[in-house]
Amino acid sequence: MDRRKFFTSLAGSMPCSASASLGPAFFTNAVFRTHENKEVKFYDDLIKGKHVVINFMYANCQGSCPVTTAILVKVQEALQKRIGQDIFMYSISIKPEEDDPATLKEYARMHRVKPGWLFLTGNRFDTDTLRLRLASEHHPGIDLDPNQHTGMVRVINDVNNRWLMCPSQASVETIVQTIRWCDLPKPLEVRMRENAIAQAKIDKMQVLPTWLGSLSES
Amino acid sequence: MARSARDAKKAKPDKKGDLSRRSVLKMGAAAGAVTVLTSKKSAASAFLPFQEVPAAPPPPEPAICTTFTGSPATRPFMQQLPIPTALQPTNLNPAPTQSANISAGEAPRADHQRWNEFLPQKQYAIHTRPAKVTFHPDLPQSYVWGFNGQVQGPTILEKYGEPVIVRFYNDLNANHTGPGVPEITVHLHNGHTASESDGFAGDFFGTGLFKDNHYVNIYAGYDQSPQTLGDPNEAQYTYWYHDHRAMATAPNTYKGLAGMYWLFDKRDSGNENDTNPQALRLPSGYGVHDIPLEFSDKSFCPDGTLFMNADGNVPEGDKWCINGAIQPFMRVNRRKYRFRFLNTGPSRTWTHALSDSSMPLTVISTDGNLLQHPVQVSSFVHSVAERYDVIIDFSQRNLGDHVYLLNIDDDGHPQFVGQPSPTPLPPGVTIEQVTMRFDVIADETDNSQVPSTLTTYPDISNIPIANTMEWKFVRKNNDPQGLNFQINGKTFDPNRSDHQVKKGTAEIWTISNVTPQSDWTHPVHIHFEEFRVLTRNGAPPTNPLETGRKDVIRMPPGNQVQIFMQFRDFLGRYLIHCHNMDHEDIFMMVRWDIVP
Repeated sequence: MDRRKFFTSLAGSMPCSASASLGPAFFTNAVFRTHENKEVKFYDDLIKGKHVVINFMYANCQGSCPVTTAILVKVQEALQKRIGQDIFMYSISIKPEEDDPATLKEYARMHRVKPGWLFLTGNRFDTDTLRLRLASEHHPGIDLDPNQHTGMVRVINDVNNRWLMCPSQASVETIVQTIRWCDLPKPLEVRMRENAIAQAKIDKMQVLPTWLGSLSES
Repeated sequence: MARSARDAKKAKPDKKGDLSRRSVLKMGAAAGAVTVLTSKKSAASAFLPFQEVPAAPPPPEPAICTTFTGSPATRPFMQQLPIPTALQPTNLNPAPTQSANISAGEAPRADHQRWNEFLPQKQYAIHTRPAKVTFHPDLPQSYVWGFNGQVQGPTILEKYGEPVIVRFYNDLNANHTGPGVPEITVHLHNGHTASESDGFAGDFFGTGLFKDNHYVNIYAGYDQSPQTLGDPNEAQYTYWYHDHRAMATAPNTYKGLAGMYWLFDKRDSGNENDTNPQALRLPSGYGVHDIPLEFSDKSFCPDGTLFMNADGNVPEGDKWCINGAIQPFMRVNRRKYRFRFLNTGPSRTWTHALSDSSMPLTVISTDGNLLQHPVQVSSFVHSVAERYDVIIDFSQRNLGDHVYLLNIDDDGHPQFVGQPSPTPLPPGVTIEQVTMRFDVIADETDNSQVPSTLTTYPDISNIPIANTMEWKFVRKNNDPQGLNFQINGKTFDPNRSDHQVKKGTAEIWTISNVTPQSDWTHPVHIHFEEFRVLTRNGAPPTNPLETGRKDVIRMPPGNQVQIFMQFRDFLGRYLIHCHNMDHEDIFMMVRWDIVP
């Protein structure tokens, strides 16, 4: 398919929304099945009003996927109280033809994935659509190559339409930090208190790490 | 997302765009009557009728526009070239302090280095805030983020030897909903600046807070010769400042967060009538004969909203702006002018040329550093973040002549105009190429000169090389390390320093773009000190515009350069990155440190 037309056709359905959320017209309400074999509509059930962490993978991947999954398991542990409560993790198979729910369930079990993190399989068109909209590197050679991984962890808060991302194999700390930056903004007084904590740590350091904001968290 | 494929087209060089707005300087015909500035202070007071207006209530968030089929048509030459306001100093309250004033709302940072040696003599306040501005009278107003609500941001005009504090307030909307992140960290490109004031990509701060950046305005090499403020041959004159928020530099800068910062000294004194024999007497007067040209390219939705992809990626725009105006005109007199070309990105590369091939572009400075001798060219390639100071002499033109500034870069993403030129264009020139028009309107005395020798480069031949380093810019397919835009196989993590340099030493760095020929050209930028290009692809650089001191280097695929760098006077965390902001946002950036 002509690449330019392909992108254009995807874009044609996108709305100019007056609300913060890009809504189902952008995210689609494509039907996916979870590794628990439950049917879900992508926007209504998985995105709407939520703070989500999304990556793309496939079960039989011998390259980056297992490493990424292992890192994300640590991320889930680090954010354990929040995952499944106010933050949700989704891993979308980019090989839906081979990844049925049972395969994904076995993959999740093997990696000791805990509740609050869903593995999803859909059809090829919906999968490619979401991959382009959520994890594009804006390079057709990468974005449309089925053998490529989108080596990014996408974080979206649908409430205020905040989008961030980080490399899928960044440090656990950096991924956790990136996820937290999509929290809804805290009141200024709270952030100033956190800054005082960060500054007290900075004052003891010779060489600074950053993100400096991360120092405010215990 | 509509333009992702176009944006991502292979075999195309780097791209970038940024934006601008202004308070209009009433000049043109009146400009010639204005006296020449001799100092920054007189510059502002003599030429700038701009009045600080009370901050209006912030405009509402615009509807999110992620659909784009092309900007509305606009008529060319409908507005005068705006000149960004020259920023006036102020008295900050509370007064700046060496340690971060957390309780007053300053963001966390390390203490200012060498505070007592470089106590600030002037203070500036810049409020980063949303605003509605007009890029063209045929377009509805656009929601932007501007320094002091202006696009492009106000210009700071300062002198070597006068340290300053610039307090950047974040007055953006915490509940912002469109692309871009309302957290900022402002980099002065390419100041000789201590790390805590350098706008490190990880040092961003949120709304309601401020941060003091301490700009010491010394020459590099202060520790070797403090009596002359460092080595005057290390002078750099044309800087710019912009947001550097990791992951969001492209959308934040595109929304407007960029402005210029110029330094003057005895040599480049900003006074063409200077009687000091050291003075170059280049065309002078901010906004009069010394003109900022801040380029950006933008796309507009029908309601005037700036188009960006949902994820913050900024495709190349189809409207070309200078100082925040689409296809402006400027009235000039029959004499010489100095134009300071800046490409604010986020990604477009420009190739500037004049419609009249008999008029040379005389380049006197690259990335703010004077060349030893002026270089005459008919066109030059301008990557994101580069600055070129260019003399254009209109003295041989006739009154009533039009001269057009063109972008002849054939990257397949032309400007959309939709309306013809009101007057016939020269043969071979299309309105889509035109970035602005000069109208020659009057005679004027010209006491300025362009000396055949402008400076002497510092002698680097006897400086011992303490270390070498290689930086490979890579785009890998399916790389197990994660994202595909990498340096030395790694993506940016602010908690990881990939190279440590000992303060006061010199190193030779090798930079390579090891991607396939069909891939991107990366404009590589290194913070802190300017470099000298020793070799490109094994031989001394042949492009005369690469023989001087630089802080951005174009790296086409397959190219390798060796550069000489020094690391003097300050410590801390610095960056090397691709200045295609879409690329730095996907982490083609690395931290390196200067250590004791």
